[in-house]
Amino acid sequence: MATPYIGVPVQRREDLRFLTGAGNYTDDLTLPGQTHAVFVRSPHAHARIRSVKTAAAARAPGVVGIFTGEDVAAARINGLPCGWLIHGTDGQPMKEPAHPILAQGKVRHAGDPVAVVIAESLAQARDAAERVEVDYDLLPSVVDSVEALKPGAPLVHDDVAANRCYTWAIGDKAATDAAFASAAHVTTLEFQNNRLIPNPIEPRAVNATYSRADDSYTLHVSNQNPHVERLLMCAFVLGLPEHKVRVVAPDVGGGFGSKIYLYAEDVVLTWASKKVNRPIKWTAERSESFLTDAHGRDHHTRAQLALDRDGRFLALRVDTKANMGAYLSTFASAVPTILYATLLAGQYATPHIHCEVTAVFTNTAPVDAYRGAGRPEATYVVERIVEAAAREMKIDPAALRRRNFIRSFPYQTPVALLYDTGDYEATLDRAIEMADVAGFPARRAEAARRGKLRGLGYACYIEACGIAPSSVAGSLGARAGLFEAGEVRVHPTGKVTVFTGSHAHGQGHETTFAQVVADRLGISMDDVEIVHGDTSKVLFGMGTYGSRSLAVGGTAIVKALDKVVAKGRKIAAHLLEAAESDIEFADGQFRVAGTDRSKAFAEIALTAYVPHNFPHDKLEPGLNENAFYDPSNFTFPAGTYVCEVEVDPETGIVRIERFVAVDDFGNIINPMIVEGQVHGGLVQGLGQAMNECGIYDSGSGQLTTGTFLDYCMPRADDMPSFQVDTRSTPCTHNPLGVKGCGEAGAIGSPPALMNAITDALGVADFAMPATPQRVWATLQQAQRKQAA
Amino acid sequence: MTVKVSMTVNGKPAAAEVEERTLLVTFIRESLRLTGTHVGCDTAQCGACTIHVNGQAMKSCNMLAMQAEGKSITTIEGIAAADGTLHPMQEAFRQNHGLQCGFCTPGMVMSAIDMLNHYPDPDEATIRAELDGNLCRCTGYHNIVKSIQAAAKTMR
Repeated sequence: MATPYIGVPVQRREDLRFLTGAGNYTDDLTLPGQTHAVFVRSPHAHARIRSVKTAAAARAPGVVGIFTGEDVAAARINGLPCGWLIHGTDGQPMKEPAHPILAQGKVRHAGDPVAVVIAESLAQARDAAERVEVDYDLLPSVVDSVEALKPGAPLVHDDVAANRCYTWAIGDKAATDAAFASAAHVTTLEFQNNRLIPNPIEPRAVNATYSRADDSYTLHVSNQNPHVERLLMCAFVLGLPEHKVRVVAPDVGGGFGSKIYLYAEDVVLTWASKKVNRPIKWTAERSESFLTDAHGRDHHTRAQLALDRDGRFLALRVDTKANMGAYLSTFASAVPTILYATLLAGQYATPHIHCEVTAVFTNTAPVDAYRGAGRPEATYVVERIVEAAAREMKIDPAALRRRNFIRSFPYQTPVALLYDTGDYEATLDRAIEMADVAGFPARRAEAARRGKLRGLGYACYIEACGIAPSSVAGSLGARAGLFEAGEVRVHPTGKVTVFTGSHAHGQGHETTFAQVVADRLGISMDDVEIVHGDTSKVLFGMGTYGSRSLAVGGTAIVKALDKVVAKGRKIAAHLLEAAESDIEFADGQFRVAGTDRSKAFAEIALTAYVPHNFPHDKLEPGLNENAFYDPSNFTFPAGTYVCEVEVDPETGIVRIERFVAVDDFGNIINPMIVEGQVHGGLVQGLGQAMNECGIYDSGSGQLTTGTFLDYCMPRADDMPSFQVDTRSTPCTHNPLGVKGCGEAGAIGSPPALMNAITDALGVADFAMPATPQRVWATLQQAQRKQAA
Repeated sequence: MTVKVSMTVNGKPAAAEVEERTLLVTFIRESLRLTGTHVGCDTAQCGACTIHVNGQAMKSCNMLAMQAEGKSITTIEGIAAADGTLHPMQEAFRQNHGLQCGFCTPGMVMSAIDMLNHYPDPDEATIRAELDGNLCRCTGYHNIVKSIQAAAKTMR
């Protein structure tokens, strides 16, 4: 049967279980003999541990086991590894201080785990944890990256001078400096890219169990990449054989990057499950999520754009201090370097770019990839400074962008990336049309009559998805491969189970991937099952992050499908007594070209498993193929966002009146899911720009935004509905022509909103998030300046 | 100290001996093993645990099990028809891609049903304002609003 699925908004097959309460999240699992863990955490930002006394807690009812940093040290358990080694401008490797799974000697941020208490019930574990006595010697703390670099700042790690993890640079400094010397105009801005706390609504959760029967471990964990979790935990931390450890990431309630990483709790529970010989469950309370999930962003940046008299970009110079937090999380070192500075060309043919990044340890939660990971920070720099330059030079911001767009592809940027394809005018033109930019002056005038300030802002973003190829990533410091794996298991009846190393936690892969498979094989989607998230089922995988799943994971499946079809063609040639080269495969039929003689896919499958009439001299029975796909390049989604706001000068309240997103994601498999990804990304980006900010108190080092009461998550009535559309230039180097859509919204929307607000207020810049208080204060300051 | 609690859950009697401090959500998830009701925070802000108590949306993390004594509780597992036909609100979320990771979804659906009991024909601003007690991190709310608008049409 020939049912086209690609490009169709097929309803999600995941939804039925989620809508009926039949989802299977980690905390939903309760195993026979289940115990519960509670972590004793540092209440201090920075302190020496004088003693940890557990005797009273051990006597509490229901306690099964208590373990501390000393126990971990005695068991010779290694610290958590960082997956990306950056070399600094001095040629030296970055500083990688130990990251113990339970604190040893010192605690370095509020929430640092000190001990774990395991008990029969969660309530008993909580009660007993209260009885663990930890004696601390308080130390001064530092939470800000710029402060941490100053002489005399407290040292987070005694062996890391000046708290400097590395200073790294990219681009030609001499050529950039020379271009600045000849510039007609230089625009300078200093930015803070605010710290964000990811907050998937499902908190992190772990359930670890050990089997004496075969000396094996099973770890259920809310995680985005179970194979990587297993590899890091086995090979680097616990020294366990991988084949004795199964990691299952069942339904996962959102990740946004924060569940990529190997966390201390995962390792502690796995190790302790053998010690107590019982399954142990831990689910983060939201307060723990705030304190211990890896945070995002937190950059201080100074940027300068050099332009000639006509507004052509000559050079961009960027200096960034990136806050790493107290320890290096799994991908932390790559985010403000490889995933940030390489994106600073944006959509523009800027001939010279130089960027220097200093990564800094502070007494805060580790900072790592969060939706967009480096690319939102880069886009913010580029799109804010381009907008500022346009205003300074009195050039229409869209016209200035257009004047500098890259127009011929492939395009080699001065910061390492090779863009394969794109059409930036197409997305800009469509966005301008949808946003009715022509009608904006009238709307602004009308708002002014009501005493309101109206502003319009653009962002023309680019991102790089599906980090690749492994050989290049390796030369840049990656300690892992960045391919993906897929397996297509055709059953004797022609039904198909597909195993993917990608992981879905909201993205709808079970639907999208099934659309691809059904289309390629010409069978019904109902005959295709997608399996992910279990190392005992899936051959291997690098998981889901960086908008890589369809471009990399989907391609691995396509490669495996190609092998299935190739073998099917051989079987069909045998059955139809034709030459293999004469067999065509289309619409689920293997046909002798130019004839009506054919065999359906299911017949071929049956023949493969009941091989009575079978070319045994040429082929093995069965129809099961796998493939590993290592892309030759990144993909480069791009687009234009236009935001229009109205500001009430009396209150500082900003209303987003319209928001248009026009994206180029290449080919689209399921437009409904893609639109949903855009909506979600937009609100995370607009949340950064308008609501969210992770704030540590500079005196005490305490996280002052540690609950949903203090950290302003965007709610439905903070946000508008969106107008979204796409323009497509298919990716040139993967067979689906797809680019990735998961992060775009979060990348392009913060500068679009801040460009709109600064336009409304008539100011050059102020720091995100644009809360009413900040907007109001900015306006007051601008008015005072004007009066003076 | 333990106490015996009994109530009607999804139309059936339910009883258990629980510690007095047991939250209603814990009773539902752990004692009754109805794991569709989720816990997403510890400050009654996210709404993932929203259920109906005597027909009204309540956050089950914010009540003791004891406080539900004798009351009628409906959870996400109890709103579809006996033959499995989805409640119009569930169906509207499915038709309109009103969910992604699914974790906030049960609470969203339970809140949305209660919302339409109060506002049978809500405009977008009303829907957004009434969703104040439910956080979603995936959808950006756009399709949740659409879902509730669609359900309002079919339920009218």
